[in-house]
Amino acid sequence: MVSWSQSERSAIADLWDKINVDEIGPQSLARVLIVYPWTQRYFGKFGNLNSVAAILGNPKVTAHGKVVLNALDNAVKNLDNIKETYSKLSQLHCEILSVDPDNFRLFADCLTIVIANKFGAAFTPEIQATWQKFLAVVVAAMSSRYF
Amino acid sequence: MLSALEKQILIDLWHKLIPVAEDIGSEALYRMFTTFPKTKTYFGHLDLSHGSGHLRSLGKKIVVAIAEGTTHISTPLFTSSLGYLSRYHAYQLRIHPTNFKLFNHCMLVTLACHLGGDFSAIEHAATDKYLSAYSAVLAEKFR
Ligand code: HEM
Ligand code: HEM
Repeated sequence: MVSWSQSERSAIADLWDKINVDEIGPQSLARVLIVYPWTQRYFGKFGNLNSVAAILGNPKVTAHGKVVLNALDNAVKNLDNIKETYSKLSQLHCEILSVDPDNFRLFADCLTIVIANKFGAAFTPEIQATWQKFLAVVVAAMSSRYF
Repeated sequence: MLSALEKQILIDLWHKLIPVAEDIGSEALYRMFTTFPKTKTYFGHLDLSHGSGHLRSLGKKIVVAIAEGTTHISTPLFTSSLGYLSRYHAYQLRIHPTNFKLFNHCMLVTLACHLGGDFSAIEHAATDKYLSAYSAVLAEKFR
């Protein structure tokens, strides 16, 4: 079990409050597809992903980026119970979508970089550390139902 | 593989950072120590507080080394030009290779914070590939 100090709880809540899911979600998904092109294998149904411009302009990428980041809201609201919160979602990614869970960390890294790009110096090293502790728990939870 | 366009992007980006090499390098190191505390074990002999003289001087050396490396991307000189740093990290410092990934990530976060709109997905992708190639050379003498 991970434990969270009061200051970690408020750092995560404060940062999450400032995040516009509709902006950060699509950018993060686009970056994972651009920086780590093997992740494109799961999105064959999304149409044209052949270039940076195509990925950034693809409405399905935009829509799905919002879906994924909205799902993160459940983790922010259930800090003490992230594993249970993502149990079904982990099972879906394993059994139905067959996503290699190593990609979860890559998505998390891209999300962190997009947030750094958005907030600049306000994304201090201390906030980064707490945020990445949170994402590490999310990634572990998303990977927990793989057997 | 880095394309000719990516190579040019990297040369421009890293040479622009040389005048602020101390700031960028020390921040990347400090972010690494804060987010991944185990990395501090290699630096017990240095003052690791934010903006310390040690971090600024090491940070500057690292950024300058990365910037100089851009000149040799995708040429046969790339690996040999890093010979000294590769021997140093492998035989003297003996850094566990996973730490390079942690450092590279913190460097990307630092660049994202400082460069704003100049660190789009294109610069991000090129820098990620380049730093992976660079640290693969630093780690290759390990075994
Ligand atoms: C923290 C990480 C992630 C979260 C929270 C997350 C969340 C979600 C959610 C909420 C859905 C919709 C599920 C539904 O329709 O019931 C979904 C679908 C999906 N996810 Fe993830 N996801 C994550 C990472 C990834 C990664 C890294 C990949 C692949 C590289 C991936 C591939 C997919 C695919 C292919 C779908 C189905 C898309 C479709 O056909 O509409 N996910 N994900
Ligand atoms: C791409 C990544 C890296 C680059 C370009 C790089 C480059 C350098 C350079 C240029 C120096 C100074 C050498 C000199 O004084 O002649 C150095 C020293 C050092 N590096 Fe790295 N390095 C990298 C990654 C790492 C990582 C990941 C670690 C460990 C977590 C590490 C640990 C050290 C240590 C302990 C020193 C000696 C510091 C001192 O005593 O002053 N390096 N590195």
